[in-house]
Amino acid sequence: MRTVDTKQIEDCVYRLALRAGRRITEPCRLALEQASRKEAGAAQFALSTLLENARIAEEQQLPVCQDTGMSVVLLEVGQEVCLTGRLLTEAVDEGVRRAYRDGYFRKSICDPLSRANTGDNTPAHVHVDIVRGDHVRVTYLPKGFGSENMSRLFMLTPAQGKAGIIDCIVETVRLAGSRPCPPVIVGVGIGGCFDSCALLAKKALTRELGSAHPRDDVAAIEREALQKINALGIGAQGFGGTVTALAVQCELAPTHIAGLPVAVNIQCHCMRCEEEVLS
Amino acid sequence: MKRLTLPLAKEQIFALKAGDSVLLSGTVFTARDCAHRRIFELLDADMPLPFELKGAFLYYAGPCPAPIGKATGSCGPTTSARMEPFAPRLLDLGLGGMIGKGEMGEAVRAALVRNGAVYFAAIGGAGAFYGNAVKHSECVAFEDLLSEAVYRFEIENFPLVVAMDAHGGSIYDR
Repeated sequence: MRTVDTKQIEDCVYRLALRAGRRITEPCRLALEQASRKEAGAAQFALSTLLENARIAEEQQLPVCQDTGMSVVLLEVGQEVCLTGRLLTEAVDEGVRRAYRDGYFRKSICDPLSRANTGDNTPAHVHVDIVRGDHVRVTYLPKGFGSENMSRLFMLTPAQGKAGIIDCIVETVRLAGSRPCPPVIVGVGIGGCFDSCALLAKKALTRELGSAHPRDDVAAIEREALQKINALGIGAQGFGGTVTALAVQCELAPTHIAGLPVAVNIQCHCMRCEEEVLS
Repeated sequence: MKRLTLPLAKEQIFALKAGDSVLLSGTVFTARDCAHRRIFELLDADMPLPFELKGAFLYYAGPCPAPIGKATGSCGPTTSARMEPFAPRLLDLGLGGMIGKGEMGEAVRAALVRNGAVYFAAIGGAGAFYGNAVKHSECVAFEDLLSEAVYRFEIENFPLVVAMDAHGGSIYDR
């Protein structure tokens, strides 16, 4: 048994949130560089501006994008860990609150009806998985909503199968068009139920960009969907071109014999995700 | 790249074609979701607006707070499509144009043509870059809305692409 004070988790969230807001992940930067070499005209101009922007943000410690996102915090807590101190979700929120104040990040969270801003970007969306071991893994994903708004959930029938899944993915990106800040990264949940499927899609976004799914049949779906998306011609910022998505990343879970849920979570090109393990 | 300074004369707007790149300088007003709601409440109540609409350019954006020594924080464009219900009426009232990101619909296209106005696309996600190109910022209305308030920005050499022009052309037509 190991004791972890939630203050450590608060400080970890603080560090990760500050870091995430100010830099895109290295695999994402490399993918944008590669795209920039492929494209021409306005799309190329957009991509080179984005690379310049990422450089400025890191150098001057500024938010890469003004949409510093809804704070998605994925926690893996070992079953051998005993948490002490204040309530876990309060600790996470305190880390977010401090980071968004100290980093001059935008506070983007509001009441859904009155639209009154909570003023400190809380509450974070916290998801906890209990796992084996005595570590705590903290993954911080600031999720922008230009892309989140373009995400969709489908309840397919088993007969629709692999072809149906690919259609859902491609159709979601086609309908989103220029709106979610392409080139996008597409997180896909396959299976589970209505809510767990959407969470799978979000978790798929946190996988290292460009890594193929270990299962061949899933990796094949990722490849085929990406190919079809990049044939749509939307391109960077919707200015046309061959790079509409940088990756399609799927995660799976067993589902009911009657169903085939598919969730498509769209992430913009500004992929910010940081992770730390407390052990 | 063509350099333009706001306000734009009608002939300058008519000379722009979808796909052109420009460097834009001058005064713009930020407005996004909540600010539009407030502006429409004022219009519906026949109340004066906090800024002169005629010839003005709206920047669909909500900035990060300004760090010490900067006019504003990071401030790239937000998705323009959410402002589609508002843009035609504002254009009919004399708005010179908008800056945002992503496609806008047919009602906006028609309003741009009807009024000789232009919609520029900024590069979505380039928040730090555009924030640095804002030389002065002042909140002119709805301060309680925080990042959604209306700010008067003095911008310098904003790199933009003409997204939808005054002749019905659109870079998003595929």
